Amino acid sequence: MLLINCPHCGPRAQAEFGFERPVETILPVDASTATMVERLYTRTNARGVSAELWRHSHGCRAWLRIDRHVVTHEILCVALWVALWQAPQ
Amino acid sequence: MQRYSAWNLFKHGLRGHKGWQPAWRSPEPKAHYDVVIIGGGGHGLATAYYLAKRHGIRAAVVEKSWIGGGNTGRNTTIVRSNYRLPEMQALLEHALKLWEGLSDELNYNVMFSQRGAIFLGHSDGDMARLAERGDALRCAGIDAELLSRAQVHKLIPLLDISDAARFPIVGGLIQRRGGTARHDAVAWGYARAADALGVDIIQQCEVTGFAIAGGRVTGVETSRGHIGAGRVGIVVAGNSGHVAGLAGLRLPVESHILQAFVTEPVKPMIDTVIMSQSLHCYISQSDKGEIVLGGDPDFYPSYTQRGQPMRIEEVAGQAIGLVPALSKLRMLRGWAGTTDMTCDGSPIFDETPVADLHINGGWCYGGFKATPGSGWLFAEQLATGRVADLARPFGLGRFASGATVDEAGSGPMPHHR
Repeated sequence: MLLINCPHCGPRAQAEFGFERPVETILPVDASTATMVERLYTRTNARGVSAELWRHSHGCRAWLRIDRHVVTHEILCVALWVALWQAPQ
Repeated sequence: MQRYSAWNLFKHGLRGHKGWQPAWRSPEPKAHYDVVIIGGGGHGLATAYYLAKRHGIRAAVVEKSWIGGGNTGRNTTIVRSNYRLPEMQALLEHALKLWEGLSDELNYNVMFSQRGAIFLGHSDGDMARLAERGDALRCAGIDAELLSRAQVHKLIPLLDISDAARFPIVGGLIQRRGGTARHDAVAWGYARAADALGVDIIQQCEVTGFAIAGGRVTGVETSRGHIGAGRVGIVVAGNSGHVAGLAGLRLPVESHILQAFVTEPVKPMIDTVIMSQSLHCYISQSDKGEIVLGGDPDFYPSYTQRGQPMRIEEVAGQAIGLVPALSKLRMLRGWAGTTDMTCDGSPIFDETPVADLHINGGWCYGGFKATPGSGWLFAEQLATGRVADLARPFGLGRFASGATVDEAGSGPMPHHR
């Protein structure tokens, strides 16, 4: 089981969290149909680092961005989604 | 090929069983094949067998590890065709009919046992859903029988049907032709039969890239060098995203983890396949006597082939709730496989945007039962360059056109299956 370091709550067991989707599949509201189909229905799915949207559903309920290696399960960073939203890269 | 028979067993027994040949060769790869199949699991080996048997094409099967070492050897061995949607029914029923003659066809005992597969109904809502599915199946000519609580109890006497049961039993739906098969034997049987027809099975040979010229695939780069090919088939479910990525493609697939585990072997106590889709728990007993248990996937992308204990606890809890006697058994071993979870829960058969590069994958957690049919249809696709009729609904274009085959009716997210 992963140990996820929630920015609000500290290190917590994965059982408290829910995976939502890879960041690359988030749909911009004003996207064209082609972009929507591309975003919703295709995945890079690489054997490497995956940037994902998770939620601390059984904790503080914050949306989180977690960068995670899908072969080693190493967690590279956990950040509050709202903070990223306010300062988009 | 040395035939396996009672007479040959007796004859070799007289000579101390020293005269048996290896079941398949270990050839060096040739410079070029008409067809190269990537992936030596059940589906890839079945594809190679039917390609040789039905179409006279001797392909090469390249496998990065050993044959049958991926999802073919990691499932819960259940075979059935009682799906809800007509596209899936046709696909799986075609496979089930092949299963019924498979041991004879391959001269290899795959231990296919049609012991019946039962979906449990825990509420009136469940029973309405099962009745609807049963009606649809019978309209399609596939066997289905709705069972009362008493009938379910007769088939599974150890089931807790008391009023105090954690999961009340209201009834069930059985496919009597469903059952289990020995999964390793399926890979080995197809490998042996394909090898006898001249197929080269090349193990310890990982594909590291594709040779593509003018938008057309001309071969594969492997850990054992370049192998030229007229056509290439990717049959690597679990790693479809990775292998397709080597050709610069992105698929409607996320790789997730699915676990299963077995208890210590005991005397026969469950002689059907017990499934609950409301709970998501599968229970059957292997011929060795182990109780085989499986349930939900781990719900997040991973290639590790290693699951979290939380999921085992959940499945064991459900299984013990259904069959309390299981609480006395100790868990013997558990394992996990990496599954291709697609955006509608259904498989993929198509030619990719790279000409002559074909793909068969995306089997989610239901690929084992389809093995013979998947191989049959993909062999036709690789021989003709055209997707077989039964596989037509499963093209890559279905997502953009909205013609998804969403068996669970659960929307576009791969992990919501």
